[in-house]
Amino acid sequence: MRSNTVGWLMLAPTIAILAVFGIAPFIYVLYVAFHHWNPFGADPLMTYNGANNFRRLVFDREFLLSIAVTIKFAFFAVVSEIILGYLLAQLFMREFPGRGLFRTVHTLPLIVAPIVVGSVWRLMTTPSIGIIPYLLKTWFGYDLNIGRDAGAAFLLTVIMDIWHWTPLVTLTLLAALLSLPKEPFEQAQIDGANRWQIFWHITLPMIRPAILATVFIRLMDALRTVDEVWMLTSGGPGAATRYVGLHIWKIVFPKTDYGYGAAISVIVLYLTLVMCWLLYVALVAPRQKKEAE
Amino acid sequence: MMRQSSPILYLVFWILLSFLTLFPIYWLFVISVKPAVDLFTTPSLILDTVYWNNYVKVLSNETIRRYMYNSLVISTSNAALVTVLAFMACYALSRFDLAGKENIFFWTITNRMAPAAVFLLPFFLLFTQVFTIGDWKLYDTKIGMVLLYCTFNLPFAIWTLRPTMDGIPKELDEAATVDGATTWQVIHEVVFPLARPGLAVTFILTWVFAWNEFLLAATLTSFNARTITTGLSEYVTTTGTEWGAMASIAVITLIPALIIFSMVQRHIVAGLTFGAVKE
Repeated sequence: MRSNTVGWLMLAPTIAILAVFGIAPFIYVLYVAFHHWNPFGADPLMTYNGANNFRRLVFDREFLLSIAVTIKFAFFAVVSEIILGYLLAQLFMREFPGRGLFRTVHTLPLIVAPIVVGSVWRLMTTPSIGIIPYLLKTWFGYDLNIGRDAGAAFLLTVIMDIWHWTPLVTLTLLAALLSLPKEPFEQAQIDGANRWQIFWHITLPMIRPAILATVFIRLMDALRTVDEVWMLTSGGPGAATRYVGLHIWKIVFPKTDYGYGAAISVIVLYLTLVMCWLLYVALVAPRQKKEAE
Repeated sequence: MMRQSSPILYLVFWILLSFLTLFPIYWLFVISVKPAVDLFTTPSLILDTVYWNNYVKVLSNETIRRYMYNSLVISTSNAALVTVLAFMACYALSRFDLAGKENIFFWTITNRMAPAAVFLLPFFLLFTQVFTIGDWKLYDTKIGMVLLYCTFNLPFAIWTLRPTMDGIPKELDEAATVDGATTWQVIHEVVFPLARPGLAVTFILTWVFAWNEFLLAATLTSFNARTITTGLSEYVTTTGTEWGAMASIAVITLIPALIIFSMVQRHIVAGLTFGAVKE
């Protein structure tokens, strides 16, 4: 075998960059999280206060509520995006006229910046001037008012997220499907397997790592969404769409309560990590066990 | 199987879907060619008059042009750097038996989990006080933004490329090594061509993330390295939003993005793995 030194050398730049730009700020945030620090408050100095910031979190109803709606949002958005994205990727594997054109059209939402996406969706849905409430009213007699209807506002943020991010899922899964070897599929067809059997026994196990990676990325990004939702609903009505990223950026940060903000971030990071780790174990461990046998 | 179903059916399906996909973008265009007063009247699906003044105003603004240039330089360099580093890292993770490599792999992704808002402060301190040489600061430089965007793009790239890399049969490298190829030749002539669709997708998506990033760019740049998303946000203020100008910048930014996309999209073609290891 070749020496592992080459492998480490190839990994080194990645580790170096992530250590400098990932670990250093994290240690700083962790340090701040154990301090009371509000530079513009009555007591501007940074003072050590143990786990008080974390104790405060447990009783902070607004924070707990924002965690709950964030998880609900991430769940609905990510599940829909994975299913839709996979179906579209499968369709893009087929030959049909204009495939390249449709693929470009379908990736367009990705290149619109999140703050612009949020702004456009806001202009499309604002009651009385937006095109969508207007059409829904004239065609179906339905009154869409995201300023008052919490359920509608929530649903709209999910739909916007699906519109914006399904293309990412389609592209990553398309790349995975394209690099699969062809023989197992040909063999299965010769053996008379139906489409469902091929999907369940061949395609799915082979692209499982790619699906897992995509779910991770989408889940993490959905859990820390800020710009789009802020522009669309400003977290309202009430706190119906005040996801945790918004909560930190718009509620905690302007009060310059940095110690508390840092504590929230550490907890959110921890929750995300646990969720992803559980997913990782659930999806990867059985496969490794099977391989080991 | 499905291949026998008529191409017309596909066409109808894709055209319908494209309408849904394109509608918000069409609406963005509609906003960009309307004078401000017309935005707040009864909406109509059809565009009757086109008002180009927003574009004239935005394109004649030299600052906006520079922001656009900065964005192009930063996202393209970042995507190139990230794709190369991730390719190397994934090759190492996939082909070498490194101690604790699965833990390293998982650790990389944790760098993307952090809610950005609170990390702005440590980044600001690092950029203005730690990473300095004499008078030179990493703050407000393009290279600073390129390196910074690695923190969330590199984990993403490594996680999307790893499955592709693992999918390339190891037998191919081994055969080439037996034939006397060096590591560089194996990478260049065997692995790279097969990983091309994956690399193209990784490049496109990391480019998009860097292009669209807002919070970090708004905090860590002031003038020299300011990007177009921060330029956009300058039209969104507490006293009111200049919708027309904002929308026209957004429409203009689609053009360079589309050019980059079409250049890279050509590489998203079926890899050669099909039948590559036939005995």
